[in-house]
Amino acid sequence: MTTNSETWGSRVGLVLAMAGNAVGFGNFLRFPVQAVQNGGGAFIIPYLVSFLLMGIPLLFIEWSSGRFGGKFGHHSTPFILQSMDKKWIWKYVGVFGIFSNIAIAAYYCYIESWTMSYVFHSVVGTFDGMNQHAVAAFFSNYLDVTTSTTGIPYEALVFFVFCIALNTWILSRGLSSGVEKVAKIGVPLLIVFGIFLAVKGITLKAGVNGAIHDGTLGLNFLWTPDFTSLANPKVWLAAAGQIFFTLSVGMGSIQCYASYLKKKDDVALNAMSAGWMNEFVEIVLGSAVIIPIAIGYLGIDRVVELTGIGGLGLGFRTMPFLFEQWGPILSAVAGVSFFGLLFFAGITSSLAMGTPGMGFMMDEFKWSRRKSAISFGIVVMILGLPTIFFFNQGVFDEYDYWAGTVSLVVFALLESILFSWIFGMNKGWREITGGADIKVPLIYRFIIKYITPVMLILVFTGALLRPANDDWSRISIKGWQLHDESIIGQLQHKGAGPNNQWFAHSFQAEAPGIVDSIYATKANRFYFRTSAMDRNGKINQKVYKYVPAKHQLLVEKGDIVKTGSVVYSGPVINRVFYIDMARLLLLSVFLLISLLVYIAWRKRTKERRT
Amino acid sequence: MNTSALIMMVSVESVVLILTAWFFYKVLTTKPKPEPDSYSENDDVER
Repeated sequence: MTTNSETWGSRVGLVLAMAGNAVGFGNFLRFPVQAVQNGGGAFIIPYLVSFLLMGIPLLFIEWSSGRFGGKFGHHSTPFILQSMDKKWIWKYVGVFGIFSNIAIAAYYCYIESWTMSYVFHSVVGTFDGMNQHAVAAFFSNYLDVTTSTTGIPYEALVFFVFCIALNTWILSRGLSSGVEKVAKIGVPLLIVFGIFLAVKGITLKAGVNGAIHDGTLGLNFLWTPDFTSLANPKVWLAAAGQIFFTLSVGMGSIQCYASYLKKKDDVALNAMSAGWMNEFVEIVLGSAVIIPIAIGYLGIDRVVELTGIGGLGLGFRTMPFLFEQWGPILSAVAGVSFFGLLFFAGITSSLAMGTPGMGFMMDEFKWSRRKSAISFGIVVMILGLPTIFFFNQGVFDEYDYWAGTVSLVVFALLESILFSWIFGMNKGWREITGGADIKVPLIYRFIIKYITPVMLILVFTGALLRPANDDWSRISIKGWQLHDESIIGQLQHKGAGPNNQWFAHSFQAEAPGIVDSIYATKANRFYFRTSAMDRNGKINQKVYKYVPAKHQLLVEKGDIVKTGSVVYSGPVINRVFYIDMARLLLLSVFLLISLLVYIAWRKRTKERRT
Repeated sequence: MNTSALIMMVSVESVVLILTAWFFYKVLTTKPKPEPDSYSENDDVER
């Protein structure tokens, strides 16, 4: 028998935990940036279409598969999927539902720890009096783990360990006493914080507290529809991708939460409630915080430029400086609200990432909840350390790409095919509508069987073969140049540039330009910078780090370098080495979980359990 | 704000708000299923 006899405390608790699972950093940091980059208000059209045709069906599939597997005592995807079809392959497909949670938690907890640290720094007033450059530099120093920003040595690491310990402790308390309690506090609080910041953002007035524009200018910019963008496949793929991130589908955590439901309990209304709550936080609150505030202080052009470095950069490098304009007390309140809401968004998601792996160990190896929680914490900490120490070498991004992006699409595609074509829509529909407290529109039977798998195939194919510059008109039967971030492009290290060997005796410039600065920081880090103007008059800068004790700099200020010019000599470990090691590590984790699933299956066979 | 942005924002946010509120209201007001259900807080406690 399993040691896993957990239950949810209340229905509201379950819905809030599921909503908390879905609401994450992406609601506040990724969604507005995606909207800005993909047609403003028009982005919402493909986004909502993707939500209706892909997001909601996947929610139905995952909630009902989870409850179905739970009937047989399964609380993780390997055996939930195998309970739906007996073929051996499905339990290994289900490995994705444990792997992606563990791998995502490894870097997600790191971001979560930044939010804890930034709440602390907002309270103690670290950012008081800092200019924009100093706030951005603070974040860079924070990421360079050996630099202390508070006097605490290895501060980033300390906060990361504390964050994992907190997650582990909450998980060890169980579903109703741990996860559910945090969701009941965290989700309402993050909504309150979000409303406060949204009101501040929208009511920003030009000329008051240093703002140069009204907050409504940001809303105007974000919501003005550019309908021509609807003809661009890039926009549709971006919208579909955002639906994945925002709903936490394709991960296995929804199935795990739902597996603790009983057969007659509703999944349809619960799924709708949690899903739409996430949409409220994303569309209503997420669009009204960082973009209106940032545009109010920095203007549209600067914010468009900043969105190029992504939502994380905008949130951590820029927002503390903008809050500082509101005076010492209000800036502290705003900082606590903004990073506090990110913290609650993060922790309610990272707790959900802990449960599938724990459920698996409790079901299959009779581990106690405490032991499973501690082992989850240790694994996530070990797996997370490379993202901390080699953040600037691209390890963090590799985790995010393979575990947090590709794995989700692959798993969602396979589970949707299993559910609608192998398990069968007759049984599937019975599972969705069984015990339902709402009438599920019959059209969803058709959508789940035909439309959702086709959309998922298109999303996967789009990611696999994404063309350079996202120019889909160049696709032809003779072939086309791939985007650096396409799956094939990533496998080929297309973005590695001239430094594409693991080890070398020199380092080559990665972009053309003029060396306009050679400098050292107070922390004895040495850099030089090249600048070049592109065809549109935009200046592109590239900063290179070198170590004088090991490297001989071969350029001087004013030198013109081309891509591939040798800029310093000496032993070099290139970024591509760290990237390959990160991939190898992720692959090892996947194989290790597969091995555990195999051992569990052998054990089940021996004990005559199915 | 220009008219098209305002229409877009108000219409989308209204739909999202109404649906979110309606589904959550349904969760709060739907009568619980007879025991045993999935939730422990409404379980009868032996005295």
